[in-house]
Amino acid sequence: MTLDGKVPTGTLAEKWTKYRSTVPLVAPHNKLRLEIIVVGTGLAGASAAASLGELGYNVKCFTFHDSPRRAHSIAAQGGINAAKNYRNDGDSVRRLFYDTIKGGDYRAREANVHRLAEVSVNIIDQCVAQGVPFAREYGGLLDTRSFGGTQVQRTFYAKGQTGQQLLIGAYQALSRQISLGKVKMYNRHEMLDLVVVDGKARGIIARNLVTGKLERFGAHAVVLATGGYGNVFYLSTNAMNCNVTAAWRAVRRGALMANPCFTQIHPTCIPVSGDYQSKLTLMSESLRNDGRVWVPKKLEDAQAIREGRKTGNQIPEEDRDYFLERKYPAFGNLVPRDVASRAAKSMCDAGYGVAPTGLAVFMDFSAAIERYGRSRASTLGIANPDKQTIIELGERVIDEKYDNLFAMYEKITGENAKKMPMKIYPAVHYTMGGLWVDYNLETNIPGLFAAGECNFSDHGANRLGASALMQGLADGYFVLPYTIGTFLANEIKTPPIDTNLPEFAAAESETRARLLGFLSINGKQSVESFHRRLGRIMWEYCGMARSAEGLTKARKMVQDLYAEFHSDVFVPGSMDEYNPELEKVARVADFMELGELMIVDALHRNESCGGHFRVEYQTEEGEAKRDDENFAYVAAWAYHGMGQEPELHIEPLNFEEAKPSARSYK
Amino acid sequence: MKITLKVWRQKDAQSKGRFETYTLNNINEHMSFLEMFDVLNEELIQKKQEPVAFEHDCREGICGTCNMVINGQPHGPMRGTTTCQLHMRHFKDGDTIVVEPFRARSFPIIKDLVVDRSAFDRIIQAGGFISVNTGQAVDANAIPIPKEVAEAAFSAAACIGCGACVAACPNASAMLFVSAKAAHLNQLPQGKVEAKRRVQAMVKQMDAEGFGNCSNVTACEAECPKEISVVNIARLNREYFSSVVGSETVV
Repeated sequence: MTLDGKVPTGTLAEKWTKYRSTVPLVAPHNKLRLEIIVVGTGLAGASAAASLGELGYNVKCFTFHDSPRRAHSIAAQGGINAAKNYRNDGDSVRRLFYDTIKGGDYRAREANVHRLAEVSVNIIDQCVAQGVPFAREYGGLLDTRSFGGTQVQRTFYAKGQTGQQLLIGAYQALSRQISLGKVKMYNRHEMLDLVVVDGKARGIIARNLVTGKLERFGAHAVVLATGGYGNVFYLSTNAMNCNVTAAWRAVRRGALMANPCFTQIHPTCIPVSGDYQSKLTLMSESLRNDGRVWVPKKLEDAQAIREGRKTGNQIPEEDRDYFLERKYPAFGNLVPRDVASRAAKSMCDAGYGVAPTGLAVFMDFSAAIERYGRSRASTLGIANPDKQTIIELGERVIDEKYDNLFAMYEKITGENAKKMPMKIYPAVHYTMGGLWVDYNLETNIPGLFAAGECNFSDHGANRLGASALMQGLADGYFVLPYTIGTFLANEIKTPPIDTNLPEFAAAESETRARLLGFLSINGKQSVESFHRRLGRIMWEYCGMARSAEGLTKARKMVQDLYAEFHSDVFVPGSMDEYNPELEKVARVADFMELGELMIVDALHRNESCGGHFRVEYQTEEGEAKRDDENFAYVAAWAYHGMGQEPELHIEPLNFEEAKPSARSYK
Repeated sequence: MKITLKVWRQKDAQSKGRFETYTLNNINEHMSFLEMFDVLNEELIQKKQEPVAFEHDCREGICGTCNMVINGQPHGPMRGTTTCQLHMRHFKDGDTIVVEPFRARSFPIIKDLVVDRSAFDRIIQAGGFISVNTGQAVDANAIPIPKEVAEAAFSAAACIGCGACVAACPNASAMLFVSAKAAHLNQLPQGKVEAKRRVQAMVKQMDAEGFGNCSNVTACEAECPKEISVVNIARLNREYFSSVVGSETVV
């Protein structure tokens, strides 16, 4: 089946403006009669719930956390993009649009991306009005910095805690609506099923995580803003509790999952150190503004470092290979994430890795410290500063810019990265794939919307840095409040949804049976141990490099693991109590099904693009080789269960403005 | 490393709690404190016993979910560090470590080490926001804000809402949390407009939640994983009195 993205007519630059002035509206008195469920309180969910409440809708908002402020958007470090052009460096809506399409390797929908670039400027205004303390220059105006895949400085930031500050802004807007009674907040409630009545999304089944009871909630429309699924790899930069369950339960009710194999491997994470490890920690991409990535030129130097006989500082300048600067002179250290990750992997595969595991490269700040130190000395009027003074002053500038990142690195590794080059390696960070949505952010189930990382829409096959925060807030503040009207305008005569309908009863009893089923297996292995094994399969065969042979093997491995899981997992405790293991088991079961679908998707896409690198499809220089003739489309899958063949639906991608060309950063 | 843990176990809010002792023989010094708990729980599950309930999420020190009292100190012995960022290299082989939940009347225990901190949400709902609707904003550079002011607001806004300040305080006072939010918003030109209303409303809600009074012990600052300064408390006191005395806006 071919899917209709419902892209409005008109030229690309006019579409959104025209759409906004012609889209059906819901009158204020009717908004008061309509209810909306928002699941998730990250940037997309909190901003959507707050904005919809402000408009007059009655919102029920859900999070499995103890507070809406804990959502994982809080951990985003580096910044948020916006086409403000405050720096007069040639930025524009058009350029942000183009960078995003190219960065996504021509696998995103043009109209959505252009809209994203248009509203990006409003986001910064809104956040400043809410009191988000962005970094400022001495003149009192906003500061910006660079991120990967761009040649302008359009990234606004609040030290290394941009996500936290933006989320607190959205959380506070949400809190205001809660106090006004327009949003009813349900903390510690996890969505475990979607309720579809007469083909429309009309509610959810959620488990109260404190009492363990299943509860029914009805509404005229449901918005999922439940984040990405990077934890399918077990080790990722996602928070421990990030999961795919809400989105996946929607898939099991008929929603389509688009481009699930598009996952982002972030180049600069703290390397894995041992088997006990529970998660990986990101070092913000913003560090690549000042950090130069290198490995030793000589294999014997790399080996000496791995064995602890030498340190990075002992390698003289001429024996260092700044491989990103060498391979990609136009963008240097700020090439997009997929490109930087693959380059680091290929250096390590060739034997140049610098950690005992062989899996790490250096990111070095000494040149930046010296440059900043000289500049600061000059500002302070210190003539002929000595080396010591320069370094002290330079380190102070680095602290101002990145602050908590260096402290975090030191806490985890015990090393000071201002004195000793940082060791980094790629790790799973973000998922571009997600629920298929049209231009209205509506899934193929009428009344079910998806916002933020949970949908697939804006980043194609690779997301540019500082664009996740932009998309989450764009969807929640400026897109959904308009587009949800296209559905709700036809619902003004629908009375409040009755949760005694048979569809609610059926969904509740199916959910109960599923949970009781897990409890009754009473096997020998922990949920965590299955999750780790799933992660290893996914990382090995569906991670940075994929092949038809490996993927075929991996699908069988996931199916076998799924069968073993259903016969030998052990879940302690009972259903009617606070039971974290029961929460986890349902999430891991969903991850396994998703894992199978990711493998199927990766196997079907016989090309390399963005984060999806199939070893069979590469250029002579080892760059990704796209196939626009056969794969310039969104692959949206209907999933029917483990071992069954999922059904492929296609949305062709048409490029009117940004004509696909070879994606070069050289 | 060999580590002996004395961990608070409590079935639910109604039950009585007690300490249980567990010995772990193979702890790696590079593990985080919570990864040690993962190891403990894996062992308990292998023995078909109930694992220790504890809260955690980002494991990078920013979400504010983790909340253990370790040897009497919220988030343990390292300054400016959350439990999830505490590593075992800071303990010695053979150590006995006592682990309890954050204890305060306003943070009732849900299970084992898990407590209910929703009182903090209700304080923010009372006034910890700027009343601006989506779409009402002027251009972001329309109002210049001196760099020092923006940085001072940022320092206060670094609070992660974990509640260590309450757990550290002998009176279980929430003054550091409340004052940090007031200092974040009230210093910015956008937040000044409703500053008086804000401090009154937040203080009123703080009292209603049953948090204790501040008696200048300053343990909150010492234990705060984000090193939020008690200067914020002095500022809040000033703002509160000036907003009540001789003011027409009393919430």
